[in-house]
Amino acid sequence: MFDNVWLIPLFPLIGFLINGFFGKKIKNEAVIGGIGTLMIFMSFIVSCGILMQMIGLPPEQRVFEKVIFPWIHSGNFKADMAFLVDPLSAVMIMVVTGVGSLIHLYSIGYMHGEEGFYRFFAYLNLFCMSMLLLVLGNNMLVMFIGWEGVGLCSYLLIGYYFHKKSAGDAAKKAFVMNRVGDFGFLIGLFTLYWWFGSNHNIWTINFTEIKAASHLLPYGGVVTVATLCFFLGATGKSAQIPLFTWLPDAMEGPTPVSALIHAATMVTAGVYMIGRMSFVFIKSPDTMMVVAVIGAATAIFAATIGTAQNDIKRVLAYSTVSQLGFMFLAMGVGAFWAGIFHLMTHAFFKACMFLGSGSVIHSMHHALHHGHLHDDPQDMRNMGGLRKVMPITFITFFVSTLAIAGIFPFSGFFSKDEILWKAFSNPYHGSLNIILWGTGAIAACFTAFYMFRLVFMTFFGECRINPKVKSHLHESPLVITIPLMVLGVLATIGGFIGMPKLMGALPNYLEHWLDPVFELANEFGATYAHAGEHHSHALEWGLMGLSVAIAVVGIMIALTLYVKNTGAPARFTETFPALYRAVYNKWYVDELYDFLFVNPCKAFGQFLWKGFDVIVVDGVVNGVANVVMGFSGIFRYMQSGYIYNYAFSMALGVVVILGYYIFK
Amino acid sequence: MENLTGYLVVSAILFAIGTIGVLTRKNAIVIFMCIELMLNAVNLTFVAFSRHLGHFDGQIFVLFIMVVAAAEAAVGLALMIAFYKNKESIDVDNVDMMKW
Repeated sequence: MFDNVWLIPLFPLIGFLINGFFGKKIKNEAVIGGIGTLMIFMSFIVSCGILMQMIGLPPEQRVFEKVIFPWIHSGNFKADMAFLVDPLSAVMIMVVTGVGSLIHLYSIGYMHGEEGFYRFFAYLNLFCMSMLLLVLGNNMLVMFIGWEGVGLCSYLLIGYYFHKKSAGDAAKKAFVMNRVGDFGFLIGLFTLYWWFGSNHNIWTINFTEIKAASHLLPYGGVVTVATLCFFLGATGKSAQIPLFTWLPDAMEGPTPVSALIHAATMVTAGVYMIGRMSFVFIKSPDTMMVVAVIGAATAIFAATIGTAQNDIKRVLAYSTVSQLGFMFLAMGVGAFWAGIFHLMTHAFFKACMFLGSGSVIHSMHHALHHGHLHDDPQDMRNMGGLRKVMPITFITFFVSTLAIAGIFPFSGFFSKDEILWKAFSNPYHGSLNIILWGTGAIAACFTAFYMFRLVFMTFFGECRINPKVKSHLHESPLVITIPLMVLGVLATIGGFIGMPKLMGALPNYLEHWLDPVFELANEFGATYAHAGEHHSHALEWGLMGLSVAIAVVGIMIALTLYVKNTGAPARFTETFPALYRAVYNKWYVDELYDFLFVNPCKAFGQFLWKGFDVIVVDGVVNGVANVVMGFSGIFRYMQSGYIYNYAFSMALGVVVILGYYIFK
Repeated sequence: MENLTGYLVVSAILFAIGTIGVLTRKNAIVIFMCIELMLNAVNLTFVAFSRHLGHFDGQIFVLFIMVVAAAEAAVGLALMIAFYKNKESIDVDNVDMMKW
């Protein structure tokens, strides 16, 4: 089965080619959507086969490399189109193909009747192929192809409604900010390659070979430089401070795109990349600290913004940024498996929530369209009381919200609690741990608050939609609700595979599963100053209880403000208008970036255009032409057109030349 | 041979007459005849030198020039007929389409 790994990215590629080249002619939505969904579903089946086979093998045999074809061999440099199958990539391909299949299926219903239906499925398949290349690549270059490919598909899909200026702008913003990160990725790649080559004559970009040679890496120094560059790449792709502002704008794309790319898979690429190179990252204490601090800061920063947004998808977008922050916090505190665990559970519950919001928007849109109203179908202030008309959407959404809030026993509880516990108890950051844990815990409280605010505003209370069209609200069709139900179930039970040892009901499958991948990183980590400290079980139990309590507090605040005492939020904003405005406007980060980077760049571009191009470049070109024209204006009078004039000048010339030779 | 100079002087005079004729006359046929005059001046020089140097090369050249002149006459007269059909004249002052 391992030998068939090449089929996994191949199926979506075939789907892309069919829909991309012939989709316009096929026209039939069922066929186009069917091809797209079938292709990714076949990848899912192959992935399942690989997972099954891997489970059957002893842990040390679970790594397999497959060279598809030799790609670049030049001197010392060698890069093959080759795939690496190990427990980590197995988890990732399961998430990408599994969630991907459900979202493809959902899209058939959601995108029904959209112009460019085939285009959507072609891009979606292309995205899946790129993402699978990213997670399967056995060297950094193959990973980089995937890395760029998903960026491209993200651009294409955010700009799906390209006739809307805001969508085009958002797509460009995402692409440009990702480029900044890609630059970091490349510099990191070059640094590592150069260091290994020049110091140890190991010219390699292959993960397995780097892993084998990673004991040669020093602590800090060049590793810090390389890993910080890689981390810059991760912040771009995974929307962390400072490159996070593109993700909320990316909600201009269709909702399934937001679910698949901007919540479940692509934005987790940065987390995966750090996990893949954990044995390099752990060698730089400074980078680990930066990753942890950025992660925690992003988690709380985005969570605060999420509390004041009214657009349902924007709340979810900031929630994604915040949750990605948790994953980076996990990576930064050396709890690599917990980061991957949260990546997985987040993929389930966030995809479910995004698809649920899509279902709500779908219904709102139809109702408003029916009444010829131009209210915003995504604005939660127009919603309310939807749980009665959309019971399946409501239940799945509610379950996912419990999961993200970290309520036992939903999946998010296990992963988030593990991260917070590791933030508190990890041996790497000394006294910083308590700050990391505190920030994470407060962010978790905010998470519970804004997510339940969303649920209460959308599904509870009075329906605030225009009463004329209220009767047109309805539950979405099965093709939409089936993926919701599947994801809802996964969001509920997905956490059991990573149950903490403390509870003891189930062994911690996921940690053991990922052990071979992160073993080396843990080994290197053991040399840190605080390694070996132990914390009591009572403390772990206590913090676990505390994190649930914090979540409940957040829920209670939301309940008080948005269900029981609905006038309170308005009074709060009146009391602290400046604070509310700052949060509502996302702490003015976009404005700050505009001021610091965008406007200077624009001014420079303006100068190059109006100053340099128009005056200097065009001036030189037109000047040459003008000089030539001036002279020819004088000399053209010599062209009389009379043959004897020409003959005369010729004869004169002959006489002059002959005269010169005769009389010289 | 002492009278080479005489041949050359005659040839130069003929050539000058031809040149002046080409430059000053307007009638295409006269210009054409002047060109023939120039060619024949050259022929005369060739023959004179040929005899003076005792080589036949110059005389062979003259034969070639006559052939070329005959061909040129055919083409030139054809051009003139075509020109006359268009302009109803063979005055070269009317052929000034190529000027600025």
